[in-house]
Amino acid sequence: MSDVRTPLVEVRGVSKRFGGLQAVDAVDCTLFEGEVVGLLGHNGAGKSTLIKLLSGVYPVDAGEIRVRGVAQRFASPRDARAAGIETIHQTLALAENLDAPSNLFLGRELRTRWGTLDTDRMEHEARQVIARLNPNFTDLRKPVSAMSGGQRQTVAIARALYFDARILIMDEPCAALGPAETRMVLDTIQRLKREGIGIFLISHDMPDVFEVCDRATVMKGGAVVDTVNIPEVTPEDLLGMIILGRKRGSAA
Amino acid sequence: MTPRAPMRSRLDRLGFDARFGALVAALALIWLALAWATDGVFLSPRNLYNLSIQTCVTAIAACGMVYLIVARQIDLSVGSLMAFTGMLVAWTQTNWLGSAGAMGWLVSIGVGLLAGLIVGAFQGWWVAYRGVPAFVVTLAGYLMWRGAAFLVADGQTLAPLADAYQRLGGGQDGSLGPAWSWGLGVAGVAALAAQTVAKRRSRARYGARLAPLWADALKLAVSGGALLAFVAVVCAYPDPGSDAGAGKGLGLPVLVLLVVALWLDVVARRTRFGRHVWALGGNPEAALLAGLPTRRLLLQLFMLMGGLSAVAAVITTARLGSGTHSIGQMAELYVIAATVIGGTSLSGGSGSIAGAIVGALLIQTLDNGMVLLDVASAKRQIFIGMILIAAVWFDGLYNRGARR
Repeated sequence: MSDVRTPLVEVRGVSKRFGGLQAVDAVDCTLFEGEVVGLLGHNGAGKSTLIKLLSGVYPVDAGEIRVRGVAQRFASPRDARAAGIETIHQTLALAENLDAPSNLFLGRELRTRWGTLDTDRMEHEARQVIARLNPNFTDLRKPVSAMSGGQRQTVAIARALYFDARILIMDEPCAALGPAETRMVLDTIQRLKREGIGIFLISHDMPDVFEVCDRATVMKGGAVVDTVNIPEVTPEDLLGMIILGRKRGSAA
Repeated sequence: MTPRAPMRSRLDRLGFDARFGALVAALALIWLALAWATDGVFLSPRNLYNLSIQTCVTAIAACGMVYLIVARQIDLSVGSLMAFTGMLVAWTQTNWLGSAGAMGWLVSIGVGLLAGLIVGAFQGWWVAYRGVPAFVVTLAGYLMWRGAAFLVADGQTLAPLADAYQRLGGGQDGSLGPAWSWGLGVAGVAALAAQTVAKRRSRARYGARLAPLWADALKLAVSGGALLAFVAVVCAYPDPGSDAGAGKGLGLPVLVLLVVALWLDVVARRTRFGRHVWALGGNPEAALLAGLPTRRLLLQLFMLMGGLSAVAAVITTARLGSGTHSIGQMAELYVIAATVIGGTSLSGGSGSIAGAIVGALLIQTLDNGMVLLDVASAKRQIFIGMILIAAVWFDGLYNRGARR
């Protein structure tokens, strides 16, 4: 499948080493507009490190990350966000003591012309974006510690969407959710896809992967096993790649 | 004791803070008990004026401690740093610029503040950029700055300090007088009212939930009433310095505390810096992932604490009229106790300036009351220690209740 468009994200030969551990080893992958790419692999396969490189938490040791064709060097999460990459971490990275608007705007607070926080406008804006995701969630002033799992997930997703991210990284967004809340997240992913947003999705759940992903990049031991088009494979193919690190079609 | 969940959420909807309410209620009970035990001496204008001055030093430092503890840090060097900066202030006046002109004492305050900021930056640097726990760095500071305070004048007491400077201690000529005090009190009530109206308007504009009008009015009446009652009391204390028998009014240290507290309360609730400190205390990992400048925040927090220690030292030395290297002993413990009693959680992420001030008032009330009752200083220490344990215990109970 030849694609002449410029990818939203292009990862070329990216590596990261922690002491004696090669956590990410010369990884290549791409993400196009309106596409969901699953990042699959066992725990310790290097997925989480890869997304931390993409979201600016760690600097890369070698290789290149291009966003819309432009090479980027992320020194902090701020830089990645400035390049249009928003990340929803598995831990959600919410301050438990603060309410939804405070978390949504954390690090990017709206301010009045006197330089003070514009808390009412932030609440107003938060209300708009959260209502689109989860209309039943209206009690925005309560701290995160008093929210349900789905509400927390809503805040984390809303934070990523509010700033018009075109590139989204979601690290196991459904791992801690019940069926109804998982439905909400999957529907949101489908909608974002239609809006042309590119999403890297880390998931262990095969039905979820087959429902929303267009392609999947499978990792093992820090390296990419293969990247496949989801319609062309079966769940068994993917599991074989994840568990045995075996390329599709190669002899068993 | 702990409000039950439905009760609490009802209070919440009305915009009342149950934790703060319990603290104020406890303080009121203690005041009544002390008034009864001392045959009213405790509530005399003279004693309440003194109590207001005694509270200021602890309260000013506690305002900084709120920020540190919210960010999961601690500063054990407050008392020693007060001694060091206080000695530098005194030395500047007595051995360098002289205490005659206005120049000398004004510059001396600048010297003290600068020293506080530098020492704070030093401690903050070790914590933020070298990863040494604040407990260790400031415990070392506890030793070092006490030693440094001794070295400034080789253990001698430095006196006399400038007369104008001594007014900052709230003693002779150290108050605003009735006219200014009443003016300030009325202005304060007007500001509280304006703030309530502005808040209601802004929330209404964005369709956010409003507390009922009567609840806001009640809160305004209570806080405004307390403010005016305080002004009335300190104005009823005849100034020993004036022959006409005019009232003293608000002490200058109270004014300093008001400025510090208002400033830090606004910073906590209305600025990025405050928001980031609270976020850092609530979830350090989230703060990092959100790209907050966490190291710089820590450095700034320790500088803030250093600066406020210097302010507390200025008031203490001004009250004493001299600089000695022994001031501020155990101040850090009173300050931490006031902060924790005031509802700042030791696990980080929550705390308030108003709470810390009431906490400081509560601790100084106990201290002051026990002096009136002739309780020996050793027994006072034991009692205040017990109060600290009880406060943390209550906080734990309260928070467990809140999670349910």
